[in-house]
Amino acid sequence: MLACLLVAVSLLFLGWGLTGRVWLILEMRSVKLAGLILVGFSVGVATVMFQTISGNRILTPAIMGFDALFLLLQTSLVFTLGGFGYAQLPGTMKFMMNMLVMMGAAMLLFGLLLSRNRHDIQLMILVGVICGLLFRSLTSFFQRMIDPSEFAMVQGAMFASFGAIDTTQLIISSAVFAVVAVVVWRNLAKLDVVSLGRSTAISLGLPYDRIQMGVLVMVAALVSVSTALVGPITFLGLLVASLAHILMKTHRHVLLLPAAALISATVLVAGQTVFERMFRMQSTLAVVIEFFGGLLFLYLVANGRVR
Amino acid sequence: MIEVDRLSHSIGGSGILKDVTTSIPAGGITAIIGPNGAGKSTLLNLIARQSPIESGRITVDGLDVSTTDTRQLALKMAYVAQNTGVASRLRVAELVGFGRWPHCHGRPAQADREAVTEALALFSLDGLENRFLDELSGGQKQRAFIAMAHAQATDWLLLDEPLNNLDMFHARKLMRDLDTLARERNRSVVMVVHEINYACAWADHVIGMRDGRVVIEGPVEDVVTEAGMRTLYDLDARVTEIDGHRHVLHHV
Repeated sequence: MLACLLVAVSLLFLGWGLTGRVWLILEMRSVKLAGLILVGFSVGVATVMFQTISGNRILTPAIMGFDALFLLLQTSLVFTLGGFGYAQLPGTMKFMMNMLVMMGAAMLLFGLLLSRNRHDIQLMILVGVICGLLFRSLTSFFQRMIDPSEFAMVQGAMFASFGAIDTTQLIISSAVFAVVAVVVWRNLAKLDVVSLGRSTAISLGLPYDRIQMGVLVMVAALVSVSTALVGPITFLGLLVASLAHILMKTHRHVLLLPAAALISATVLVAGQTVFERMFRMQSTLAVVIEFFGGLLFLYLVANGRVR
Repeated sequence: MIEVDRLSHSIGGSGILKDVTTSIPAGGITAIIGPNGAGKSTLLNLIARQSPIESGRITVDGLDVSTTDTRQLALKMAYVAQNTGVASRLRVAELVGFGRWPHCHGRPAQADREAVTEALALFSLDGLENRFLDELSGGQKQRAFIAMAHAQATDWLLLDEPLNNLDMFHARKLMRDLDTLARERNRSVVMVVHEINYACAWADHVIGMRDGRVVIEGPVEDVVTEAGMRTLYDLDARVTEIDGHRHVLHHV
């Protein structure tokens, strides 16, 4: 059902207002569409998995500062190498390096956080929010220090929107997503056990700490893929994870993860369609999604659906 | 038999367990008693491999818990923690079904389904099997988790304060069920208990802890005495015998 919806929305995206040089436009649009769907899948899967290992439905990688970390990495790269050095780095290498550093940093930070304070959700949220803030202010601090022409370069990385998706990066990202997807697919049932919480999972014979680390690495990979492609999308993850839980009414990841991936891709494609064709690019997609995401989130809280 | 050898453990710099050496006999019910902060839950935690051991050694039926494959240990012992929060929306039958994970790894066979039905019936959860966990009372939830541990079909059941949240009726029912498991199915139950009179009535072996050490252990008759209560709790209470059971009149 969700898959049909996604196909319908995609066709709408490809077909709406198609005039002139049809094939060229279709080609451009389909690259964009592939990017949107990939980002949607990544965000959906990453958020649900992150919520499962943190045992909390309100945490998302974004709230814990994952994407702020990515921006910080970009900025400090420009800061240390200079704008010229940054631009000189081959795109593919930069992308891979970003991802590796990102995964390492995320593992270190969130691994420490989760292993020491795993029982204290409130502390975790607090630390996550503070880390996110720290990363953001460090980022803006670096941005003040670098000269304006280099800043323009950082800005390119920060707000790289769905407008210009690099085909090579798209291919690498798809490969990364495919690897993660295969690993996750083989361990879906284990994720169900993980959602029972640490003590029960260990009692059932699951090497919990190792799995937790593995999931964190995969979440970091997915977040860096999506952030590298299009920049941070704060609310999308929370929105789709909640929707997936509400719609599927199950604990089984074999249903939850595909649902979250499909919902998130649908929302992104639909949002981009509306934004491009109706608002005629008068705002940014993030604004559209965060506006509706925020509304839905408030509705869920008011309804007592989020626990 | 569970053997604990010179076990020490600290949390956040303060020593919780200090050089604990004890053994828990197989078969029957063993109660771990002692005042708050004595290290009872930590001991049970370490036996159930919930945290890495700092120094010392624990073996369960000869298997070293820090080196044996965790999947093998999951067929040996089941553990129910004190606070078991579940983030996802789970039905009772699904939760109990997870108890079969070590046997079927997510692909339940007929035998697994039968074990779940049996566990549900034993802990009088039939009729509740399609309820979500967050729609249950504290006591029902407690029973669901113990039913899950039972479905795991292990020799050892480790329960951290299973009587918490239970009213008198359900507490007695649970103790009777555990007793049946111990006598008829040859299970060994290890539980942390606060209410000493439950330990008196049902336990075959009692381990009394205080300040991170085992200070007194043995059968109920040896441990639950007026002198024993003073050593353990600094409590002056009359210890009497009613119908052949020890009773500590600690509430008056």
